Amino acid sequence: MQDIVIKTDKLTKKFGDFIATNQISMEVYKGEIFGFLGANGAGKTTAMKMLCGLSIPSSGSATVAGFDVYTQREAIKKSIGYMSQKFSLYEDLTVIENIEFFGGIYGLNRKALKEKSAKLIEQLGLQPEAAKLVGALPLGWKQKLAFSVAILHEPKIVFLDEPTGGVDPVTRRQFWDLIYDAADRGITVFVTTHYMDEAEYCNRISMMVDGFIKALDSPANLKKQFNVPSMDEVFFELARGAQRKAD
Amino acid sequence: MMDVQVRGLRKTYGKPPVTAVDTISFDVKKGELFGLIGPDGAGKTSIFRMLTTLLLPDGGTASVNGFDIVKDYKFIRERVGYMPGKFSLYQDLTVEENLHFFATLFNTTVEENYALVKDIYIQIEPFKKRRAGNLSGGMKQKLALCCALIHRPLVLFLDEPTTGVDTVSRKEFWEMLKRLKEQGITILVSTPYMDEATLCERIALLQEGKILSIDTPANIIRSYPDQLFAIKSDQMSWLLKELRNNPEVKTCNSFGEYHHISFKEIAADTESALINYLKKAGHSNLELFKTAPTIEDCFINLMN
Repeated sequence: MQDIVIKTDKLTKKFGDFIATNQISMEVYKGEIFGFLGANGAGKTTAMKMLCGLSIPSSGSATVAGFDVYTQREAIKKSIGYMSQKFSLYEDLTVIENIEFFGGIYGLNRKALKEKSAKLIEQLGLQPEAAKLVGALPLGWKQKLAFSVAILHEPKIVFLDEPTGGVDPVTRRQFWDLIYDAADRGITVFVTTHYMDEAEYCNRISMMVDGFIKALDSPANLKKQFNVPSMDEVFFELARGAQRKAD
Repeated sequence: MMDVQVRGLRKTYGKPPVTAVDTISFDVKKGELFGLIGPDGAGKTSIFRMLTTLLLPDGGTASVNGFDIVKDYKFIRERVGYMPGKFSLYQDLTVEENLHFFATLFNTTVEENYALVKDIYIQIEPFKKRRAGNLSGGMKQKLALCCALIHRPLVLFLDEPTTGVDTVSRKEFWEMLKRLKEQGITILVSTPYMDEATLCERIALLQEGKILSIDTPANIIRSYPDQLFAIKSDQMSWLLKELRNNPEVKTCNSFGEYHHISFKEIAADTESALINYLKKAGHSNLELFKTAPTIEDCFINLMN
């Protein structure tokens, strides 16, 4: 039996009459790379916010890293890492300042911070850039650094919201090397992406349409189920009937 | 006739100067659907902003529809449509008001050019009384395209129209572009999605302000230097590491379900030797077959 790190049961979020996330139920395992896909407006962001302890559900239940999404949201925040393409690091702080700032927020003490940031900078080969502003780094490096910072405190789960948007194809692959390494170390990776080749790199995929989880399985099984050769076509089959086209 | 001519165009920002566009040259033919393909920071937006006369170059020259981008900027502004990457319509005007506003700016009316935008506009017409700021992402994109077209431009610039848009909406958007092209409009479109490159007639692959290659997608794919193979096993992450350390393997990159590899030399037994080696190493369900490169393979090859 695999360790379950995220479990939701009929998790629902309503905004007035609008049901953004509609009774989603799933289990995500330790060390798994879980692809969280869906059309624009399908309810992915709302679901992620609930799982990160940033939004209280309207009904249903869920635990993240063993903590309840209604009552233990602060404990959840300490057990997870988060990174998105839109917000990752402070551009006007240096590399080392960013590492120390985020490490501090995630609760690392001074001694641990010092050791971990030195090690991280060495691993990423960023020694010459350590004192430079993050804004001066190429986008690819920023994204790799942001990911490393998000898992600096060895969280149980890291949430990645479109981490590779706009990144060049070589860096995109290097980024996935980091994801694999993290998963091999037992960190669960919960990731959204618009690149369908990246969907193939996930152990399992869930596909949201109009607030519901319409499919959940391994990429190979999903392709078999829909009898199509690529994830792109699985996505197309599922999402083309979508009624909602919000962001 | 060339609708866009770019010669040695250059743009730098800041002090010390960072080069965003590094002395590039290309032509776009009248009525062509031309793609600038490259990641963030490749210089796509700077090129578009110079060609639409919103930014002055630091070197080189360019013309649009025969007019110089510096001297004749007023003529160019009448003749081009520009849809920026960032949503730039008036958020507190309604859908309808935005469209009328942009028509009026260009001394025309919505009625006069309605035929051109009709296909797209009818999709957002049910929401014509809604403020633009309250539209969904997909609808904003369609309204922005209508506003960029309503004065019947000769050349249309679309800066990353499909970024952050799901694959269903992306397919729809490219269908719209094809229909616009049939109306004779020259279209320059930029995208970070390599798979969209094949939807253009000609493309420029851009990286860090430089053009890596410029040709039809088919020719770029044809000029890939090596025979490419697709390979998979039950252990893809491990397989990747194994192949990277294999002395016979020249390149190895993950491509969705398969890894793409090329060999330093291909002999009669190259394929079977690799399969046997990997089997011995413990891989199961191995597949290896020849495959055609994609634009993304070409881009990676050109970057290295």
